[in-house]
Amino acid sequence: MTGSFVGDMTIFILALLVGFEVISKVPATLHTPLMSGANSIHGVVLVGVIILAGYVHGVLGYVLTFIAAAFGAANVVGGYAVTDRMLQMFRRRPVPAAAAKEDVK
Amino acid sequence: MSKVEIAIRFASLFGAACFVLGLHFMNSPATARRGNQLSAFGMFVAIVAVLIGVGDGQGAAHMNATRWGVLAAGILIGGAYGLYSARTVQMTNMPQLVSLFNAVGGGAAALIAITDYHLDSHLPAGTATATVLDIVIGGVTFSGSVLAALKLQGYLSKPVSFPGSRLASGIVAIAAVGGSIWIVAGAHNQVVLLGVVVAAVLFGVLMVLPIGGADMPVVISLLNAFTGTAVAMAGFVLGNATLVIAGALVGASGSILTKLMADAMNRSVVNIIAGGFGTGAVGTDAVEGAGGPVKSIAVDDAALQLAYASKVIIVPGYGLAAAQAQHELRELGEVLESRGVEVSYAIHPVAGRMPGHMNVLLAEANVPYDQLKEMDEINSEFERTDVALVVGANDVTNPAARRPGNAVSGMPILNVDHAKSIIVVKRSMASGYAGIDNELYTDPKTSMFFTDAKKGLASLVAATKTLVG
Repeated sequence: MTGSFVGDMTIFILALLVGFEVISKVPATLHTPLMSGANSIHGVVLVGVIILAGYVHGVLGYVLTFIAAAFGAANVVGGYAVTDRMLQMFRRRPVPAAAAKEDVK
Repeated sequence: MSKVEIAIRFASLFGAACFVLGLHFMNSPATARRGNQLSAFGMFVAIVAVLIGVGDGQGAAHMNATRWGVLAAGILIGGAYGLYSARTVQMTNMPQLVSLFNAVGGGAAALIAITDYHLDSHLPAGTATATVLDIVIGGVTFSGSVLAALKLQGYLSKPVSFPGSRLASGIVAIAAVGGSIWIVAGAHNQVVLLGVVVAAVLFGVLMVLPIGGADMPVVISLLNAFTGTAVAMAGFVLGNATLVIAGALVGASGSILTKLMADAMNRSVVNIIAGGFGTGAVGTDAVEGAGGPVKSIAVDDAALQLAYASKVIIVPGYGLAAAQAQHELRELGEVLESRGVEVSYAIHPVAGRMPGHMNVLLAEANVPYDQLKEMDEINSEFERTDVALVVGANDVTNPAARRPGNAVSGMPILNVDHAKSIIVVKRSMASGYAGIDNELYTDPKTSMFFTDAKKGLASLVAATKTLVG
């Protein structure tokens, strides 16, 4: 068991606790955007793929890296974009909604 | 540690801090969008930093033209696909897309461990354990999420079970665990690793196959937490703290969200994963009062009732989302408002296909935010309501939930039956995913308007408009 493994384990446990603490107060309205937002954060896996790309060799290594990079990039770019689209609709609500009501009347 | 390496470490720390703060800002609708943008900015910084790092030749890493080419091609193709589908997806289909992004995230995490093992199978026990956990969790997530997305898209929407499916799951699980132990003990064999990958992928399929479409939100949320954990494991494999932090954050938040969703449906996560209703401790007795006479109503009468009410509460559910009728619903709400009817929308925590999904759909259809009421806020208002219009919602309105001893007992419900009269827009008398009759439908105050939600609401709008007003 190496020193860095123990260090990573420390970080892992503390980050878990922070995750529990930060999330537990979110209103139901935001559950879907939150799930989508958390979904984009694990797109950080792309960072891992980039690190690994410095070591790979051979056809199989390149193929695996290519697929992993495409997967990770789709996760991170798409995840943030779709979450932003959702939240954009929430944010705009109060002002134009009031204006639209005026139009009807 | 070189200066470049120190700078990269700090940039990664900055990124991780942005993830935590971003999630924190998502606690409130007012700051949620900024939170997501902060999180995205942190991600951008972390990715650029690591690109500079590998370019600079940190550690033993060495980039050459081939490696850059492979990496760039993957990122560009994957990123372009992600951006395109995120921009163009219809909001009703958004849960499938989230599930798909989750699948590829889990797949990428598993591929990191697979590639790492392929490069060098002589790993210390701690790293080897992280490797097999990453592969098993990532593999299960990948196939499970793809299947969940297909189910939400309408393929295989019925729960699928075949004789011996539990036995098959057991065999596959034993194969995955056995192979994993062998690898940690020092198999140094890529065929064993391949076996573990195949077993994990099969297990993901077998896990999601028997689960019904309505339970998918909980499953996706659970798989989201799985991916977070897999990414954290990939962080252990590579010795990278950013992956460990972000993965643990998502693992924790996903677990809480899963529990919140399951609680709102009065189900335990274990019960859902074990498959279907009736397998849990809940007995299913005959529901009294069900099977009584059902009153149906024609479109003109329904329109008349709505138009001359002074207070209407609309209860949208899964059926509305499935029929994509949110725009017609908003139009009906506007027509009624223009006649001076007080209209509000009662949103059950699990209405739609994911918790909070109904809010997103109605927000997209331009329903004013202040008209969307959460369950606790609106339940006391039903008594003062002339007409409750239920569109495609079922179990969340069943008064049987207040009594013990049936499949929906104890589930928080909307007090629709307290309204003076009730109109239910529904295609048939078919039961919801709880599989029991809804006593609301046989209530003497209830009229059933049997139709497809989209067509039915459009005809209601037309009929209401023609009324003298």
